[in-house]
Amino acid sequence: MHELSISSAVVDTALRHAGGRRVTGVEVKVGALRQVVPDSLAFYFEIVSRGTDCEGAELELDVIAAWMRCATCGHAWDPSPQPVESGASTVARLGSASEAHGDPALALPAFRCPACERADVETVRGDELEVESIEVENAEEEQCIAPR
Amino acid sequence: MHRTKVKVAVDALDANQTIANANRHDFDHAGVAVVNLMSAPGAGKTTLLERVLASLDGVRAGVLEGDVQGSMDADRIAALHVPVVQLNTESGFGGECHLDANMVRSALEDLPLSELDLLVIENVGNLVCPAEFRVGEDARIMVSSVTEGEDKPLKYPLMFRACELVVVNKIDLLPHLDFNLGRLLANVDAVNPGARVMMTSARTGEGVDELREWLASIPDRARATA
Repeated sequence: MHELSISSAVVDTALRHAGGRRVTGVEVKVGALRQVVPDSLAFYFEIVSRGTDCEGAELELDVIAAWMRCATCGHAWDPSPQPVESGASTVARLGSASEAHGDPALALPAFRCPACERADVETVRGDELEVESIEVENAEEEQCIAPR
Repeated sequence: MHRTKVKVAVDALDANQTIANANRHDFDHAGVAVVNLMSAPGAGKTTLLERVLASLDGVRAGVLEGDVQGSMDADRIAALHVPVVQLNTESGFGGECHLDANMVRSALEDLPLSELDLLVIENVGNLVCPAEFRVGEDARIMVSSVTEGEDKPLKYPLMFRACELVVVNKIDLLPHLDFNLGRLLANVDAVNPGARVMMTSARTGEGVDELREWLASIPDRARATA
């Protein structure tokens, strides 16, 4: 559902900047903190773009890792959950799939500064949700009228 | 035909933010502070609001109710003689699961903004999409009820991080649940260490005074930062 809303916003943004030209590619920068599932976004992008100039466009996602900085002590860190040491039995019970996806039951994210434990922290990277660029088709005539 | 790469570099939610800024301008002009109230369906947002609004002395409050369908919530608020507008999102793509800035904007002309100190926007019950769409508010609150479990901050960090106040509701049910309050608080702290947390029971009224005071202070705080 989240990805449906976002893909609609991405398609609208691309169309606004395409100026009526056919869009063949859309490059999107997504911060890890936006919790976007890439496959899901691609799925909804395909549906939402149907019947528009974005139909059939290739969606390229650049996922930006999160990075925080403490406003008090200046320490900088990645807040994403770090896998904790777990016994073999736990890993076996959870299976390889949950291990690969970082089961949230195994680790907590860390948005409080791990160095000084203060809460006054800022997001350096990871909040992005940007349409970076689009690739559009230009008619040959246009090329003749306005050569580079 | 040839292909050209066009640099865009804009936030995908730019269009929403532009309208949210226009809403904010209108709210400031009318002198009304705005709070965006969010939660999962059934967490108790409307019941809490009823409790709070019944005796919000000295603060002229209005409510904008967002739901996919129906006017049950608005009817409950209207019974308290509080100005209320119901906004249904069902005309969207299969029923929008959140309010965006444009939907809120469409409802503003039906509210007596200049006669209000505080406007509460009760968002559509959903822990995901509402966190993405700013509507021009001064503050964001989320209600997390104890029946939802302790793990919600870890599953929906975007929502928990978007709010400055987390209201833990239905605490009257704690004796009947295998709910670890300490674990919930640790999880909230892990994703949003700066958040204020309050415990309430909309059913018994426990903790509602603290929430009422917090809401009543929003207009002053909004003016201080304006």
